[in-house]
Amino acid sequence: MEKGVGNMILIISTNKELLHHYEFSKPIEELVKKENQAFATKKYDKLISKDLEKATKIIICGTSLKDLEYAKHLEKFNWIKKFDKPIFGICAGAQIIARIFGTTLKDSTKIGLEKVIFKKEFLNIKKELQVYHLHQKKISSLKNPLENYSKDNEAFKHKTKQIYATLFHPEVRNSQIISNFIKNG
Amino acid sequence: MKLGILYSGGKDSNLAALIAKKEGYNLSCLISIASENKESFMFHTPSISKVTAQAKAMQIPLILQKTKGEKEIELIDLKKAIKKAKKEYKIQGVVTGAVESVYQASRVQKICNELGLECFNPLWQKNQMEILEDLIKEKLGVIVIAVAAYPLGQKFLGKKINEKFIEEMKKLKEKYQINPAGEGGEYETFVINSPLFKKSLKIKSFKDFGENHSWKRELEI
Repeated sequence: MEKGVGNMILIISTNKELLHHYEFSKPIEELVKKENQAFATKKYDKLISKDLEKATKIIICGTSLKDLEYAKHLEKFNWIKKFDKPIFGICAGAQIIARIFGTTLKDSTKIGLEKVIFKKEFLNIKKELQVYHLHQKKISSLKNPLENYSKDNEAFKHKTKQIYATLFHPEVRNSQIISNFIKNG
Repeated sequence: MKLGILYSGGKDSNLAALIAKKEGYNLSCLISIASENKESFMFHTPSISKVTAQAKAMQIPLILQKTKGEKEIELIDLKKAIKKAKKEYKIQGVVTGAVESVYQASRVQKICNELGLECFNPLWQKNQMEILEDLIKEKLGVIVIAVAAYPLGQKFLGKKINEKFIEEMKKLKEKYQINPAGEGGEYETFVINSPLFKKSLKIKSFKDFGENHSWKRELEI
């Protein structure tokens, strides 16, 4: 689906199940709409090069705890390495970015609200935040060119590119992080 | 995929069930928790026993689990009910009507994760005005059966969710910061008709209980 005109934000869904679109991609669409930005939503395995060319920014959404289908098709995300426009990866999206740049993940389930302490300013967020977690993997140590921005590697960024990622879900209780990415990322 | 609907009989679980059905999922059973604790943070309590009539109207089997409603014990009872649904109806996932409550959503997520089930929350983070509009668009018959916030009172019980109701909620939101879809527990609802119902429910009678700005209506279906 494609909505609006002008600068175009591409929202990439990682959901295997259609019903998960409502939970993981739709809230992001609503935040993009709130910022009066045009957007298109596409599933990761349906992307064509034109989608990437047209996009001014990209948000890769999360998915459910049991949905690991996207992880079997990481080659579908190889375009991230060469992409020069801003990207934001949420949860599964963050795990994809980490793996594409050579970071390995470890099993670790986290569900619910927990504090994240930021070591560096991340999309205008400083100090600490109560954030919503819903993930089965954690990052023990980030590989270059990714740089840790918080304790526990919950938020990280590419050293030179505008590639941001959070293992937590900022669309829950912390939507200003996504708004900041849309406006300034 | 076979799904169990975590079902309170109110607007959110009914709307979530309808979305799941429209997306082609098989609604194998309803799972309801009847809590004796009227102040439960987890479960909707007014007219909960009437879910049997709703299940019958939908022709979907119901698992009705009683709980004393003590804080963490009600979660053990919820897990028991979901486990039963998995065993008896071979469900592969659970659908909830969670909108903003991280407290409810994360507890159901944990239970589903422990039982190896998918967890679907199709109303998650949805704008509350849009929820009310969708109820009308999808032709759900919804009435208010409980209130718990100033300035709502007994007169608010029995109101139908329609265009007029939405206008009233807009004003209440502006003046008193009432959550339009009652997400802060300001009011609770009961569904008497839905596209999933084979026939609509008729309310034979009702009894109201409460005082000031805290009222509940028990329905006789």
